[in-house]
Amino acid sequence: MSDYNFAYLDEQTKRMIRRAILKGLAIPGYQVPFASREMPMPYGWGTGGVQVSAAVLTPDDTFKVIDQGADDTTNAVSIRRFFQKTAGVAVTEATAEASVIQTRHRIPEQDLRADQILVYQVPIPEPLRFLEPSEVETRKMHALEEYGLMHVKLYEDISQHGDIATAYAYPVKVEGRYVMDPSPIPKFDNPKLEMAGIQLFGAGREQRIYAIPPYTQVVSLDFDDYPFQPTKADHACDLCGAEESYLDELIMDDAGGRMFMCSDTDYCATRRKQGHVGAQGVPYKEDAA
Amino acid sequence: MYVAVKGGERAIDNAHAWLAEERRGDLDVPELSVAQIREQMTLAVNRVMAEGSLYDPNLAALAIKQARGDLIEAIFLIRAYRTTLPRFGGSNPVETETMQCERRVSATFKDAPGGQVLGPTFDYTHRLLDFKLAADGDAADVAVSEPHRGATPHIMSFLDREDLIQTEPAGDDVPDDLTRTPLELPASRALRLQSLTRGDEGFILGMAYSTQRGYARNHAFVAELRIGSVAVEMDIPELGFAIEIGEITVTECETVNQFQGSKTQPPQFTRGYGLVFGMTERKAISMALVDRALRWKELGEDNLGAPAQDEEFVLYHSDNIQATGFLEHIKLPHYVDFQSELELIRKLRREAHDTISREAAE
Repeated sequence: MSDYNFAYLDEQTKRMIRRAILKGLAIPGYQVPFASREMPMPYGWGTGGVQVSAAVLTPDDTFKVIDQGADDTTNAVSIRRFFQKTAGVAVTEATAEASVIQTRHRIPEQDLRADQILVYQVPIPEPLRFLEPSEVETRKMHALEEYGLMHVKLYEDISQHGDIATAYAYPVKVEGRYVMDPSPIPKFDNPKLEMAGIQLFGAGREQRIYAIPPYTQVVSLDFDDYPFQPTKADHACDLCGAEESYLDELIMDDAGGRMFMCSDTDYCATRRKQGHVGAQGVPYKEDAA
Repeated sequence: MYVAVKGGERAIDNAHAWLAEERRGDLDVPELSVAQIREQMTLAVNRVMAEGSLYDPNLAALAIKQARGDLIEAIFLIRAYRTTLPRFGGSNPVETETMQCERRVSATFKDAPGGQVLGPTFDYTHRLLDFKLAADGDAADVAVSEPHRGATPHIMSFLDREDLIQTEPAGDDVPDDLTRTPLELPASRALRLQSLTRGDEGFILGMAYSTQRGYARNHAFVAELRIGSVAVEMDIPELGFAIEIGEITVTECETVNQFQGSKTQPPQFTRGYGLVFGMTERKAISMALVDRALRWKELGEDNLGAPAQDEEFVLYHSDNIQATGFLEHIKLPHYVDFQSELELIRKLRREAHDTISREAAE
């Protein structure tokens, strides 16, 4: 596709985005405004992530895209194809082989290395947004480190439900300073936010980029007597038998029969290749999928 | 045994093929040409150019054809194309006083230099379906008069001379470009106007209407509404002077609004301003009303808490491409987040149930 520049965006735009990324890395958890462009996919489909990926990709990269943990969901397919077409980069479904991974709503089960970049698609970057609708106000609250409202919300959850009633997009504090929205990942994934790889967050419609540098302290907000608890379905994967991975629940029949399987399709397939078999699984065959 | 659902790629390809077939419709009906859309669906083309922020009737017509007549989808196509274009620079401000007016009406003066020109308007048509059009759409020959040549002074300039209207001094500073810098609040008036002119027609109309119905009422008179072509000029540094690079049709609306005076201003009329690509009268008038409502702070008026006065509310929600994207994205898979909610609600219900049965036992 020679009509467009490498990875679609022009070099000036990529430079502008890279500057925002560098600023984000320098101030972990701080939301950097950037002049988000209209992309050829709709806002809400991952335009922020796509712009960040476009800015960091080089011709030597190997690119992986997951949506809900899966490589084969339609939007993951669509974004992967977009960069295949506009950047001609190698693509992969294997987490270990990818140098740049764009994700929506999950962190891969397999630990990332220092030479990998994880790019998140972010719908609402502002963790305080549903407590305070005004951007002018929330920016002020971050500047003054005024996070009392968030703690009151968590406290009210406990007094009302006996638990913190946030299951995904669970707020974190980065390096003891900024409260940050980790994007709508399940809170099961929150402990993995402290990792060796670089994590970049792109919110296209809201025109914000933020970042977590490698090995940065990321603490999920909680109380001493109500500590943060990552949760998952209390099952093992029915395909590969994994007990430690995040599971999707599938409805199998009219009678409400269920099965559980890894949301991370690469993790599940890799385990099955290694010979792990779950309760409803069959031994792995190359063409079974 | 369960086999994981694969085939996203094939599903996408098939969906695209089906979409192309649906777009074409019945093959026994001749295909629409881009030129037909451009010439006969001009107001749709104008809206797509205005909200797409790109003045190109051919591309807008193509986008409408490709989008199967869904104008927001067409606007999206134009916006996505627009961002890939290099930016050579900025034009000089267009001089709407020199506009070759096709239409020019004033609601505040019965007559004024330059006259009232009704132009091609729906205003006094009776909205009766014209069944003759279904069979034969050729227009009857109409008499043509000599167009008015030379500048048509703005109605506002007459009020200006009497100092009855708040002055709007010209500035030399180059305003920010909404499409090149992130919107930060408070926004300058120039940025607000950029946002309004590309904002969704329906949204801006609704906001404007709300001011008329009492939410930050600022009773507006249309001092002047003019539609016509203006020259776009650009300074070429190598040449040292400005050259005309093209001509565009725009709609300009200036409103005169009542103003009681405040601590900082004596009683004086105030202005609202609308300028939109193409023949887009409804949008230009709406824009002027919303512009005026958003100016409450600089004019020292009270914040009445009305939606149209709330810059953050208006500017953050006027863009239909942002809005439709975020709204429609909720149909994408969310099963990971939903799964975590499922687990949470099961847990909360279990705990609540335990509490209830414990209390019943006591």
